[in-house]
Amino acid sequence: MIRYYIKLGALSIRKNPVLSALMVAAIAIGISACMTILNINYVMSGNPIPHRSDVLFHVQLDSWDPNQSADDGGLTEPPNQVTYLDGTALVKARKARRQVLSYQSSRVVQPADRDLRPFEVNARSTTADFFPMFDAPFLYGRGWDQAADDNLEQVVVLGADVNERIFGGENSVGRTVMMNDDVYRVVGVLDDWSLVPRFYDVTTQAFNEVEELFFPFSVSVAKEVGGSGNTNCWKPWDEAGWSAFLNSECVWMQMWVELHGADEEQDYMAFLDAYVESQKAIGRFPRPANNRLNNVMEWMADQEVVADDVQVLLGLAILFLIVCLLNTIGLLLAKIMRRSGDISLRRALGASRNAIFSQYIVEAGVIGFCGGILGIGLTWLGLRGIEVLYRQYEFVENLVRMDWVMILAAVALAIISALGAALYPTWRACRIHPAAQLKTL
Amino acid sequence: MLCMHNISKVYRTDSVETHALREFSLTVDEGEFVSVTGPSGSGKTTFLNIAGLLEEFTNGKYELDGNDVSRLNDRDRSRVRNEKIGFIFQSFNLIPELDIYDNVDVPLRYRGMKAAERKQRIGRVIEMVGLASRMHHLPSQLSGGQQQRVAIARALAGEPRFLLADEPTGNLDSAMASSVMELLTEINNSGTTIIMVTHEATLARRAGRNISVRDGRVNSGPAMHIAAATA
Repeated sequence: MIRYYIKLGALSIRKNPVLSALMVAAIAIGISACMTILNINYVMSGNPIPHRSDVLFHVQLDSWDPNQSADDGGLTEPPNQVTYLDGTALVKARKARRQVLSYQSSRVVQPADRDLRPFEVNARSTTADFFPMFDAPFLYGRGWDQAADDNLEQVVVLGADVNERIFGGENSVGRTVMMNDDVYRVVGVLDDWSLVPRFYDVTTQAFNEVEELFFPFSVSVAKEVGGSGNTNCWKPWDEAGWSAFLNSECVWMQMWVELHGADEEQDYMAFLDAYVESQKAIGRFPRPANNRLNNVMEWMADQEVVADDVQVLLGLAILFLIVCLLNTIGLLLAKIMRRSGDISLRRALGASRNAIFSQYIVEAGVIGFCGGILGIGLTWLGLRGIEVLYRQYEFVENLVRMDWVMILAAVALAIISALGAALYPTWRACRIHPAAQLKTL
Repeated sequence: MLCMHNISKVYRTDSVETHALREFSLTVDEGEFVSVTGPSGSGKTTFLNIAGLLEEFTNGKYELDGNDVSRLNDRDRSRVRNEKIGFIFQSFNLIPELDIYDNVDVPLRYRGMKAAERKQRIGRVIEMVGLASRMHHLPSQLSGGQQQRVAIARALAGEPRFLLADEPTGNLDSAMASSVMELLTEINNSGTTIIMVTHEATLARRAGRNISVRDGRVNSGPAMHIAAATA
């Protein structure tokens, strides 16, 4: 029977093209407004590394001034980065399965080909565990090892785009790259790596793309490469110079550890507490101990990666969808009342109320499906509009992607919305008396 | 097989009560062709609607095939309408966006019949009313008489035991009306019970029995057995 009802629905749409088009348009516009914002919300709140998000933990130590807030969270919130002193001490202790200390910097790449001009790239200075811990995809080669970190080897992992620019996309492992007048040996080339949000460093725009080049943290520090992200300090350091900065209370690095299970998490937290106690003994950490370990999704929530205004926009979009559905209810009601003769006739010929309900609810589903398909098109246009409007922000491109889940969600939402909107008109259709219209048909 | 006893139908508004039928009693036997006549507003159509389970009645008792229909819920009433009763309306009541085949198909769809059986039945009744060559025409492409034949085919497709016709020739010229009446007579001769509401005495006389309705009641005069009178 469902095929019969779908056929009747399609015939009804053809019979009342203007009314049907208005209903489809109302649903499509409501769906597109809702889905455009929902899509952005979905991308922003997605799990960037679902298979490992439970074992990766961001580390926070509260080394901050007891009299002022580290960020916007008040006096009880620890800073969201760590100092060089603490980061290197934790990495050196190697108490977790893996540990990563990193910061973002900026490097100038000088291609060997003299036809190519030097260009600046976002780089990340990081420890060797970065690549296996964050499951970085490699096109060629792999990351460097602990020995390279320890021996200050000038090695580099290139992003796919940089490799394309310098080496034409060839396997460049073993070749050298000049960077800020220093020579680095390529040990690996990353494949396209879409990490949204880029969870490992939310301080430099969580929705920016991953860096284009990676080199050892130890080399970076030795060469006095400063960070290009946020550096926050609460206490002036005694002397000028790089060494004094490294020994300061400035926070500018991101620290992550890999821990499996509650026991490992508990042990690592105990280690952090002991470390802080030891630092208190030498006059650091004036605040009460307040160490934090957050897994990936906890950290995204803690840092409010999905901005509040997106949630407000989502609420407004849902309200707009409801307004569109109220219009659809009115249009459906008008359409059904116009067809009360047809309903009376079908009732006379043996259609029960359930059959009439099924017929009109399926017809609403057909309209909802059409609205969903059109809504997907309008959502795509909406996302492109946002992309054009905010094209000056690098991260926008990452937010306006639409995957199959969201496409299917748009159709499902449209059908569910249409069915919801059809409930009252369809109920009215069922109440039409079989004898009411037969004489006047 | 159709037995109404003291049926009354009252339409109520806040301030007005309208008695469409008052103590209406009638029995129609299997295979009869009964015409119902009476002036406008006499209750003919209300009687037909109640007989066809399109309307509920206020008081009285109505048995169809020995079953008290006042106890049926909507689903069962719909099933009885679909399986036992065929309707023919004055204005044909074909669905304009469906072709002839699909119009005749409507009651069979609600019976949940398999496609092959539906196809066979539709073909047979459309051929019976002489419109086999117009099977895939839309109603708007047919004359009034042809449309009424389609309506008759639709009523017959479910092989009902009752055919209820409300002014079936009201919208037709005399030649077409005569042709439709011949078809109804033929159907009645094959065993289907027909109750036909009409205001035309000449057509009423072609039925086996005529009852006259006035002020919601069966007229108290003796029943007119046309066949007997003309014999």
